[in-house]
Amino acid sequence: MKISAMTAIAAVLFSVPGLVSADADDDQLVINGEIEMTTKTEPPAHLDGALPEIISGWHFRADETQALQMDDFDNSGMIFVDEGRAQWNEVAGSEGKSCASCHEDPSSMEGVRATYPKWDEDAGEVQTVAMQINDCRENNMGAEPYGYTSTEMANMEALIALQSRGMPVDVAIDGPVRETWEEGKEIYYTRFGQLELSCANCHEQNYGNRIRSDHLSQGQINGFPVYRMKNAKLNTVHARFKGCVRDTRAETFKPGSDEFVALELYVASRGNGLSVEGPSVRN
Amino acid sequence: MASGVRPRVKAPRSAEAGEVVTIKTLISHKMESGQRKDSDGNTIPRSIIHRFTCEFNGTSIIDVKMFPAISTNPYFEFDAKIPEAGDMVFTWYDDDGDVYTTTKTVKVA
Repeated sequence: MKISAMTAIAAVLFSVPGLVSADADDDQLVINGEIEMTTKTEPPAHLDGALPEIISGWHFRADETQALQMDDFDNSGMIFVDEGRAQWNEVAGSEGKSCASCHEDPSSMEGVRATYPKWDEDAGEVQTVAMQINDCRENNMGAEPYGYTSTEMANMEALIALQSRGMPVDVAIDGPVRETWEEGKEIYYTRFGQLELSCANCHEQNYGNRIRSDHLSQGQINGFPVYRMKNAKLNTVHARFKGCVRDTRAETFKPGSDEFVALELYVASRGNGLSVEGPSVRN
Repeated sequence: MASGVRPRVKAPRSAEAGEVVTIKTLISHKMESGQRKDSDGNTIPRSIIHRFTCEFNGTSIIDVKMFPAISTNPYFEFDAKIPEAGDMVFTWYDDDGDVYTTTKTVKVA
């Protein structure tokens, strides 16, 4: 009697596929009850139909995780923004300067996160926010550069990203950056590692499905730096790329390498139109 | 003072007399358990926040003992009844002897 009752319950549970539906949900991301975020929108023209809609990784997370990003007090990433602000005002290096000496308030960085990586005319290359930060530290402050994916770098990126929160990602893909962008696209669609997986295999062809217990997103990077609960810290774009490539059982590129800069530019451009979310919260 | 310690509190600025309000607190702290070893194999000494209290006009609302299994950046959320206008004093006690205090004033509308 007991056994048949349990079987009946199990049958009911397994017959409702919607119960564990894996697709992106339709929740609305509003931060602090006031900043309305664009988390789903029309794909940029260059995607040429590869995705029917571009969707922030926020939609692929559980309600509890989503809620953490909806209030700055609950968003643990904000702790690191505070640390970034302390770094901003901290004098370092031989020139006796801090970030604030030239850039004054961090709000002067408004819009930066939305348009990077972008072409730097003086350097003659595509530069990421992290490269700009270290360029400033080395050449303007006479200070030691931060490690590319270090805590200090992530803190500073979070502070800078916050100034653009809610603004649409708008990375340029033509003009001088075109060559780098094409390289990034090439990497995105190239299979790497013993598992022979490209970025597209998971994040374009299988988003919404599960890879083991993990819910695949589109791999959008509009939310970086990301506070991840699995390691209780901020994670940078290149650290995430490295983790992903490693999971294909490949030798990865180095954070800050030309390959990852190109990939960052390309992946960022796939999210053109989504709101900058950094620092976001994921699991 | 341990580095990077910053208390944060979210409490309403005003409330109805007798209203039950939700208070959120967080203190950034590494909460070193004393169980870990550094790269040379030496034990990293324990350094945690071991007690957290909240008082309203001198009356204890909550008094929490903490142990090394509490994770980094301890967060507390609790409800409290606001009988009258007054000051809410939040205090965290660090192993190294430091005491961090934040006060929030609540008005009664």
